[in-house]
Amino acid sequence: MSSVVEDTKRVENERHDSDAIIDSHVAQEYKYGFYTEIEADSLPPGLNEEIIRALSAKKNEPEWMTEWRLKAFRHWQNMEEPRWPNVTYEPVDYQAITYYSAPKKKGEGPQSLDDVDPELIRTFEKLGIPLEEQKMLAGVAVDAVFDSVSVATTFKEELKKAGVIFCSMSEAIQEHPELVKKYLGSVVPQTDNFFAALNSAVFSDGSFCYVPKGVRCPMELSTYFRINAMNTGQFERTLIVADEGAYVSYLEGCTAPMRDENQLHAAVVELVALDNAEIKYSTVQNWYPGDEQGKGGIYNFVTKRGRAETNAKISWTQVETGSAITWKYPSVILKGDNSIGEFYSVALTKMRQQADTGTKMIHLGKNTRSTIISKGISAGYSNNSYRGLVKVMKGAANARNYTQCDSMLMGDKCGAHTFPYIEVKNSTAKVEHEATTSKVAEDQIFYLMQRGLSEEDAVSMIVNGFCKEVFRQLPMEFAVEAQKLLSISLEGSVG
Amino acid sequence: MLEIKNLHASVEGKEILKGVNLKMNAGEIHAIMGPNGSGKSTLAQVLAGHEAYEVTEGEVLYNGMNLLDLDPEERAREGVFLAFQYPVEIPGVSNAYFLRSALNEVRKHHGLEVIDAADFLRLAKDKMKMLDMDKSMLNRSVNEGFSGGEKKRNEIFQMAMLNPKLAVLDETDSGLDIDALKIVANGVNTLRSADNAFLVITHYQRLLNYIVPDFVHVLVDGRIVKSGGKELALQLEEAGYDEVKMEALQAAGIA
Amino acid sequence: MKTTTEFNQMYLSDFKRVESSLNGAKDHPVHALRQAGITRFNELGFPTTRHEEWKYTNILPLAKTTFKASFRYDAAGVTPETVTHFSFEGLDCIQLVFVNGHFSAELSHTTDLPEGVTVLSLAEAFNSHPDLIQAHLGKYAVADENPFVALNNAFIQDGAFLHVAKNIVLEKPVHFLYLSSAPDEPVRSHPRNLFILDTGAQVNVIEHYTGIENQTYFTNPVTEVVLAANAEIHLIRLQDESKNAYHVSATQVVQQRDSRFYANSFDFGAKIVRNDPGMRADGEGTHSELNGLYVLNGDQHCDNHTVIDHAMPNATSHEIYKGVLSDNARAVFNGKIFVRQDAQKIDSVQENNNILLSDSAEVDTKPQLEIFADDVKCTHGATIGKLDDEPIFYLQARGIDREKAKTILTHAFAYQVIDFVQIEEMHPYLNKLLSAQLNEAIEVVL
Repeated sequence: MSSVVEDTKRVENERHDSDAIIDSHVAQEYKYGFYTEIEADSLPPGLNEEIIRALSAKKNEPEWMTEWRLKAFRHWQNMEEPRWPNVTYEPVDYQAITYYSAPKKKGEGPQSLDDVDPELIRTFEKLGIPLEEQKMLAGVAVDAVFDSVSVATTFKEELKKAGVIFCSMSEAIQEHPELVKKYLGSVVPQTDNFFAALNSAVFSDGSFCYVPKGVRCPMELSTYFRINAMNTGQFERTLIVADEGAYVSYLEGCTAPMRDENQLHAAVVELVALDNAEIKYSTVQNWYPGDEQGKGGIYNFVTKRGRAETNAKISWTQVETGSAITWKYPSVILKGDNSIGEFYSVALTKMRQQADTGTKMIHLGKNTRSTIISKGISAGYSNNSYRGLVKVMKGAANARNYTQCDSMLMGDKCGAHTFPYIEVKNSTAKVEHEATTSKVAEDQIFYLMQRGLSEEDAVSMIVNGFCKEVFRQLPMEFAVEAQKLLSISLEGSVG
Repeated sequence: MLEIKNLHASVEGKEILKGVNLKMNAGEIHAIMGPNGSGKSTLAQVLAGHEAYEVTEGEVLYNGMNLLDLDPEERAREGVFLAFQYPVEIPGVSNAYFLRSALNEVRKHHGLEVIDAADFLRLAKDKMKMLDMDKSMLNRSVNEGFSGGEKKRNEIFQMAMLNPKLAVLDETDSGLDIDALKIVANGVNTLRSADNAFLVITHYQRLLNYIVPDFVHVLVDGRIVKSGGKELALQLEEAGYDEVKMEALQAAGIA
Repeated sequence: MKTTTEFNQMYLSDFKRVESSLNGAKDHPVHALRQAGITRFNELGFPTTRHEEWKYTNILPLAKTTFKASFRYDAAGVTPETVTHFSFEGLDCIQLVFVNGHFSAELSHTTDLPEGVTVLSLAEAFNSHPDLIQAHLGKYAVADENPFVALNNAFIQDGAFLHVAKNIVLEKPVHFLYLSSAPDEPVRSHPRNLFILDTGAQVNVIEHYTGIENQTYFTNPVTEVVLAANAEIHLIRLQDESKNAYHVSATQVVQQRDSRFYANSFDFGAKIVRNDPGMRADGEGTHSELNGLYVLNGDQHCDNHTVIDHAMPNATSHEIYKGVLSDNARAVFNGKIFVRQDAQKIDSVQENNNILLSDSAEVDTKPQLEIFADDVKCTHGATIGKLDDEPIFYLQARGIDREKAKTILTHAFAYQVIDFVQIEEMHPYLNKLLSAQLNEAIEVVL
């Protein structure tokens, strides 16, 4: 408990130091709601084979890539949008979306940070992303995706020395086609699901990372995503490959400006951990959730999946506070013997937000182990669903899974749902699932208030404690950011 | 009765016992003392045949048999009894059913007739009286919802029922108040005979006031570093394990 | 291959045949329920595994089998000895016997009913208790989404009717024995049961579904239970059908304030089983317990879809379902718990624990919580896997061999659900069935 108090205090101090945003609101307004005016170079809205060819051409892609996209598109045309998630939203008009927009380049594109549009840099600064000195000092390489095209990459040289390839997906297609060809779609095939197929057809950019055999990536890799520009769907494609015995930790964080129209985001992330490799993937997601009436906000339909080979380990950690609709199940296919999958999640919904999120752990190899820790917090009129699948196949002797899935409700107009699917076909398996639903206890709040905390701070402290097991999985600076985010998100939700 | 020769054992690849030697004769009580993590419980589990403990070297002779070749149940039927440090709870299986099954297995092994329910009950009530236990305990599930003290008493009760040749008591005294301790000790002393032997594993000297050992061995870091008579226990209590450990190391010319 | 709607034809033509034989009885209000039932069944058809609620249960083998429906009573070879064989030794009870869905007066024992207690066949109750039938029949079991409830509605003819008046406590348990006998060709029956307990009434009911060994038949019971304020029912459901039988049931209980519902459900028999037991609270302060045990071997398939619907505040519910599977058996458990908005102060526990004894067996479980109120305490848990090693070792260390230790522990794991049954005279009977299903060399009697 004491460390919870310390952590929260630290978060408190930072909050008070930062700006006046804390003092004002009854209902927390979206902190990052502003819009950056940048001239965009866009394709007309709509989706057909011509658009895909044009998009591919604009990116100067090789023929095999264009064909790969078209294959996905042709399949997508015959697919139906999934209806099973526990969410409702206005239908998306896929023909009204602009599938390509890129910030205009000055000359040949940025050679250094000085070449980057200063407006963009200021945007990142307002967001509190220390792209420059701070991150350099912290040793973090940042591949910032602004809209769809990667515009700034630092620390490339240092990574190069270690043999790590970390670049935009567009660049990878040009520079490392053999790796892209080999691994792209190897975990999430083009035909996997409606949104993954759409992404495969039109993905604009994203990050690519390859860590060679036996290499421990010398720094945490992070990418900040940001949605901007009217009616621009964002279709990132991320591929991370850790070759045999390699290790990499990847951080992803998102904020988006306030907007009235709903914005579609359908990303695909693929992780490949070869024998004895380890990948840690952490996300803090804080996109615009819409206003109090449920107007606006991001539709976040993401497919994230990793494949773990023999003795490999894949760990997903996510803190989800944003988006109007979240549909996201970071998964691990435990293919190799002794491989390990982990999923740690905090999902907070408030106002009219709807989240349907969880994970899939597919046990194929022997002695495979998976752990799922999910913490859902619902406030306001929101609906928060955990949906998970633990599947133990016949050959997965001695497979183990432990799932803990806790929900907390704040107020009586919200909903918490748990849909765990467990399918076991092996008699030596051991699968355990536990779930609880509770509320912030009044005596806990009273106790803290009696010690001088405000009600909101007390709630925030209790909720942060509730989520501690997940925060502990995040890298230090991310954990602080996540706690801060949670506290800010909770304001106005008490009572 | 029992001879342990250069016994090495490991758990999950980590070596815990690093060459234990010990010889016990019928009619004797041996005490093994040692700090936490010295390998005391590992020794007990290895003697009982827990599969999580891998014997990497050495042998254990028990009445001329190679003990390590036997399955856990065969050891039990041959008269090896382990009073567990943490007896497991088994919901749904009544003490009576469990113990009668166990007793009959042992009897069958020795060519005796199985005991019928009435005789079993008579015997059980007798032994329970000795241990000051309530007979309602027979109908409760094995160790389920038992207090720490009740669990330990239940172990001694089972020992009394099965009448083993070699009883290994793994920290049977820990967590017991003085009254419970006396009851447990009384149980052991009543069972003691010229035909059986006891290996009493403990962290504290206290128990040995009530179960007086013939020999005391000090186990440190997987080896017996010192052996002596019952007075060694008192020395340990006063000087602590570090001193004995140092002394032993000096004697071995290491320090 | 036929589509599932084509399989409806047999049921539709049977319905027409029954309807034409009804003459004046067509005006009976129950007939409207039948008509709505057949219409809905025809719309829904047999479900496929694409339907979320039927994802793990393929009922095609049932759908494509031709069953003969019997529309009047026939002993079909069932004798008093048969009945004794399926009775609980030493249990003094009221016993109503049904053969292929029809009440058998000659095989039943209904004497000595205390005042205020009515135990009848449903067919008889249509005439003797029209008001209660009108008020309750078909009001709780919902046919909208469940084709098998619709099917039962369509063929409502007979079943059990029980009414316990205000503050009457019926000491003797009531044993409803549903026997299927199909010596010549596959038969089907659609027993319909209605149990009504007035304020403060209390009763123990055994619903017992069984049949002649190895015969092929289809039992499709629907039971509705109404618990008025402060009433209490212990409902024991024993399903021990022939290993070639199909059993698809639904039970819907409605609880008014402070009422108590205790259900113990056992599935040992049948080839394909699907049970949909549900509880809905209509008043505050209710207490519900749903316990179940399924022990399967061979190619048996058993699917339990339970629903606990906390629509009202200050209630508690406890649910534990356990399963043991060997050979190629497959079990499905889907346990839904709803806590509706404003249903505050709910304390709900749900558990589903399974042991797999074979690598060809499979369990699919989905313990599902849907919570819309904030001041609640809900927990659920599920485990699937093998026995723990430590208890096995403990028994071994006392001289019991490993295989026997496993048998004892498996038996004990399952026996816990038998132990919940308040009628102790049933324990030996249930224990025998358990031992037989586990293929124990000697019956374990704990």
